[in-house]
Amino acid sequence: MATPKSFMGYRRQNGRVGIRNHVILLPLDDLSNAACEKVANNVKGTIAVPHHYGRLQFGEDLELHFRTLIGAGCNPNVAAVVVIGIEPGWTGRVVDGIAKTGKPVEGFALERNGEHKTVMNASWVAQKFSQDASETHREECPISDLWVSVKCGESDTTSGIGSNPTVGNLIDKLDPLGVTSCFGETSEITGAEDVCKERGATPAIGQKFYDTWKAYMDEVIEPFKTDDLSESQPTKGNIEGGLTTIEEKAFGNLEKIGKKTKYIDILEPAEEPTKGAGLYFMDTSSAAAECVTLQAAAGFAVHLFPTGQGNVIGNPIEPVVKLTANPRTAREMSEHVDLDVSGVLRREMNFDQAGDALIDIMIRTCNGRLTCAEALGHNEFVMTKLYRSA
Amino acid sequence: MAAPHFVVHDKTDSVGVVVVENVEPKTEMSGWVMETDETISVTALDAIPIGHKVALLDIGKDETIFKYGHSIGKTVEKIGKGHHVHVHNLKTTKW
Repeated sequence: MATPKSFMGYRRQNGRVGIRNHVILLPLDDLSNAACEKVANNVKGTIAVPHHYGRLQFGEDLELHFRTLIGAGCNPNVAAVVVIGIEPGWTGRVVDGIAKTGKPVEGFALERNGEHKTVMNASWVAQKFSQDASETHREECPISDLWVSVKCGESDTTSGIGSNPTVGNLIDKLDPLGVTSCFGETSEITGAEDVCKERGATPAIGQKFYDTWKAYMDEVIEPFKTDDLSESQPTKGNIEGGLTTIEEKAFGNLEKIGKKTKYIDILEPAEEPTKGAGLYFMDTSSAAAECVTLQAAAGFAVHLFPTGQGNVIGNPIEPVVKLTANPRTAREMSEHVDLDVSGVLRREMNFDQAGDALIDIMIRTCNGRLTCAEALGHNEFVMTKLYRSA
Repeated sequence: MAAPHFVVHDKTDSVGVVVVENVEPKTEMSGWVMETDETISVTALDAIPIGHKVALLDIGKDETIFKYGHSIGKTVEKIGKGHHVHVHNLKTTKW
């Protein structure tokens, strides 16, 4: 099958292309979730993006908090943003960050106003944003305008031999077409770190990956571990599915970047890529919702999520397309599975065909088809926290 | 092409992954080596759940198990060809 050269997307003021047209209610902090949810309830065509943090954070952790919120608002899947925070200072910082894209954004603070007045004022603006966004139309965009992120979850052995190499086949086909893509999961490359290092576009970039991986090992895993991480990494579900060690999981995980594609840079969590088209590695947790949230905040528009045992994740900003090669998961959890590639393991389809099938469902998703996670209302938006708040 | 009972990623691997349900002791299994597109056979000596690994050869204690052509850990006991390989007899060499 010839890979499609275009898709129908929403071109934003800054040139980036989205595949959804969300108007979001973005809380600065945990205290503002309730007001955001009230506004989203008042105004059709809007969604609240509640999360748990934003108070007394400092240093690098605070920078990541802002980068994640601003990035989520800047994502081209978002047409317009209403930010609500407890006070106007930090609320304004998020508004200003998002405003640089040129998209409509306004902020509201609860202090000195109270919740009723804030919800009323924000609802007026949200209604205007929602009605205006409804007049934005899709246009044909070249495939090189697409930003694709990948991350697997509740993996089992069928992931490494079936669904992950299917994603890898897609990456190898899309990379030469100028697509921007991203993989992450720092801890989950343990055991395959030397092989991953070799996949850098240059030795210096490979070394940058290795240093990022090593820093996580030395600064987080070693000081905090109490055992061999069994049931955490690999997870209880991984082990149930037949994965025994982190090394086995890592080599299966790395199948997602294909056989040929080289990564061209290393990103901080939620950092937007700036070196042009190509594959990037992002320093992320391997927990599904944390990783996808960081990738969405970096500007990725569509996510490909291979699962073995059946992870059910979705994201409010970035649609998550799920595939599995486990026939039992495809049968027992079909409401969560956008693409069944278990035929690969029965030798009914090869990876070229599986990769084409994934490109097909991905493009249909980009053109507007709801994913299983969207249809089921899965909106897991989870901030990455680097350390305890002050 | 007949559907395999198990799949082997790399021809140097010491384990294969069972990809069908209901493998019981004495099940005669055919395996597909993806790298070389060869077909091999192994008789299961344990019940092996779908997704779990079968030993393709007799492996001693403290030996490296290979999958994807790379080490995925070391054995903590002897494992005979056809037996189930998992957390009871294979451990990480990392953390």
